[in-house]
Amino acid sequence: MAQSTARKTMTFGEGGTALVFAVTALLCLVGAAKAQDGTFAFHAYLSAVASVLAVFMIFNSYSRRPSEPIPAEIDGKPNYNFGPIKFATAAAMFWGIAGFLVGLWAALELAWPALNFDLPWTNFGRIRPLHTSAVIFAFGGNALLASSLYVVQRSCRVRLAGEIAPWFVVLGYNFFIVIAGTGYLLGVTQSKEYAEPEWYADLWLTIVWVVYLLVYLATLIKRKEPHIFVANWFFLAFIVTIAVLHLGNNPALPVSVFGSKSYIAWSGVQDAMFQWWYGHNAVGFFLTAGFLGIMYYFVPKRADRPIYSYRLSIVHFWSLIFLYIWAGPHHLHYTALPDWAQTLGMTFSVMLWMPSWGGMINGLMTLSGAWDKLRTDPVLRMMVVSVAFYGMSTFEGPMMSVKAVNSLSHYTDWTIGHVHSGALGWVGFVSFGAIYCLVPWLWQKKQLYSLKLVNWHFWVSTIGIVLYVSAMWVSGILQGLMWRAYTPLGFLEYSFIETVEAMHPFYVIRALGGLLFVIGSLLMAWNLWMTVKSGEPEPVAARPALQPAE
Amino acid sequence: MSFLSRHGVLERNAILLAVAILVVILIGGIVEIAPLFYLKSTIEKVEGMRPYTPLELVGRDIYVREGCYTCHSQMVRPLRDEVERYGHYSLAAESMYDHPFQWGSKRTGPDLARVGGKYSDEWHVTHLINPRSIVPQSIMPGYGFLARAELDPTKIARNMRTLRVVGVPYTDDQIKNAALDLKAQATPDSPDVTDLQKRYPKAVARNFDGDQGRLTEMDALVAYLQVLGTLVDFKLYDDKADLR
Repeated sequence: MAQSTARKTMTFGEGGTALVFAVTALLCLVGAAKAQDGTFAFHAYLSAVASVLAVFMIFNSYSRRPSEPIPAEIDGKPNYNFGPIKFATAAAMFWGIAGFLVGLWAALELAWPALNFDLPWTNFGRIRPLHTSAVIFAFGGNALLASSLYVVQRSCRVRLAGEIAPWFVVLGYNFFIVIAGTGYLLGVTQSKEYAEPEWYADLWLTIVWVVYLLVYLATLIKRKEPHIFVANWFFLAFIVTIAVLHLGNNPALPVSVFGSKSYIAWSGVQDAMFQWWYGHNAVGFFLTAGFLGIMYYFVPKRADRPIYSYRLSIVHFWSLIFLYIWAGPHHLHYTALPDWAQTLGMTFSVMLWMPSWGGMINGLMTLSGAWDKLRTDPVLRMMVVSVAFYGMSTFEGPMMSVKAVNSLSHYTDWTIGHVHSGALGWVGFVSFGAIYCLVPWLWQKKQLYSLKLVNWHFWVSTIGIVLYVSAMWVSGILQGLMWRAYTPLGFLEYSFIETVEAMHPFYVIRALGGLLFVIGSLLMAWNLWMTVKSGEPEPVAARPALQPAE
Repeated sequence: MSFLSRHGVLERNAILLAVAILVVILIGGIVEIAPLFYLKSTIEKVEGMRPYTPLELVGRDIYVREGCYTCHSQMVRPLRDEVERYGHYSLAAESMYDHPFQWGSKRTGPDLARVGGKYSDEWHVTHLINPRSIVPQSIMPGYGFLARAELDPTKIARNMRTLRVVGVPYTDDQIKNAALDLKAQATPDSPDVTDLQKRYPKAVARNFDGDQGRLTEMDALVAYLQVLGTLVDFKLYDDKADLR
């Protein structure tokens, strides 16, 4: 390479972002000085430090980069931007283990209440949102960031749009996680399930999410492929809809701009409807559409087969996103929500069964002609089993949304079991599969450190899920039946506490299932660490060119 | 095939695809949510609902802060066993001043929508400090730290002002006297109790935490628990009038 002759100048993006962060740091310090409560001050200081770090990182990368802008292509091949993706992949693994551990702890607290230690920050009421947010948004969110930003580059055959923006999305999102999680432990919460972070964290997430959408769209727009690959439809639906849900569910008025407490704009029945419109579609678009995007790229890639049916993917995509949004009221059966809304929610939830299974069939049938790989490739097996779990929980869901069934299942552990067959089986396994694929690809290794360990991970975790889910089926249905049991004389047969007592053995089994799941994830982390540390590097020419998308 | 080729238009235009997605996902939410704001039958007409007193409001904020909703619902469904176990099924009107709602989604512990007046203050305090001292099989965490946390009565007026902006009908009088009312409700022999009850009908003034002279978070939480589900007078409520 010839010596660069161009004078090195800071781009508008670098200079502007650095300036914005410098101002933000100052504003945060003002916020910390005027804070009304300790947690707000803590978060303001944290934000100030993060902003200063951001300025430092921008200058650091400026001083290291060559004077020309980073080329979009090298020797006619796209120069993919994998840095932010590597970070998100590692973050997914880290938060995953943290979130599973907190979940295990919460499970143990329910079996042995002494483990609450009766301290504010260790009690179940604060630990539980920490667990749900850590697994859904920290683990799942980072897995989605990593896979969506990877898939959009590979399937469009272009470098990611922007240089600072992708880093801003990944780091900004993880900073949101830190603010949310520490807030829960310190008692800062809106109490809206899966939307607990307070107003300032919500505002920050909004900024991050808009940048994410822009990066994603801009990359799609400059694609080198004529068509947008199907996985990207799902990722795009996930990004767009989560933005709408976040804005609809979270409008809140802070008591003070220098305090953490706020009150939500909605109240009572309208708030309940907004909440479960949000809550169910956090499942539908975060935990389903996003992860279907993962399925549509990684399953065909790993199985080395085309997607089973292009037409089915069109039909099930549009019907899935149209129907899902209606399903929220099934969380409010027999409540003070008007009956017409409950009935709509139930009807659409039952209809939702079909597009869900359309996705499952498309995923499973992609294996046609490659089923033998399940025997030899535990990574593929993990993803295929995840699709099977997806099919199972998307049958169970519509069934539980039928009012008659719901009158028994609601408020019981059956719901918890249902959620976990989806969360551990579908979301967990398909993410594990994607991460097992991504790590060797990103760090340019020939293969994983050990397929045998993947096999162990698969079996240990599968047994864990089976224990978890079946324990919750039994405890949920048992408790639901005990609540409504009558003696022959027409009195309620059980006091509430008798039904709590009956749950104990199942809570122990559930915790055991959770423990196995944690052990599996530790095996995974070690396997990935060894792959990155000591894996055999991939021969340069070995990587086949990506097949054009449909 | 024409349908597939027409879909190709969306597959070739990212902006169009994003807009199409946005339109498709907005429909269900609009149809289900918007009518709840204008259909009059959504919230029943009842006698007796009033905004929370300052002390009850502080208690509610503590209930939210500690994540009580993760284990306790506040929504009695119109099912035979629930009505017998907990009391009259919950009305939408009973949570119309709740920002946010606390209906919950899980009953690891019992429903609390009508817990008000069921147990004595002393029962609640003892139970909150160590649940297993009263209910040996309980798996609830202990909340003894609430009894040690003193309350600053001057702060709540600001919260009430915020709530008024989002729709809770607090009067100027109620906001101005918030600190006074808060102290009065935890001090039963205070002369201010009459004014408190004028501003908040049916408000009960007691030394909720049993700790003379000290105003604690325990006072507030117990005051909140004791008002839950007691405001609507079901002797006057005509459920046939609100059939929907």
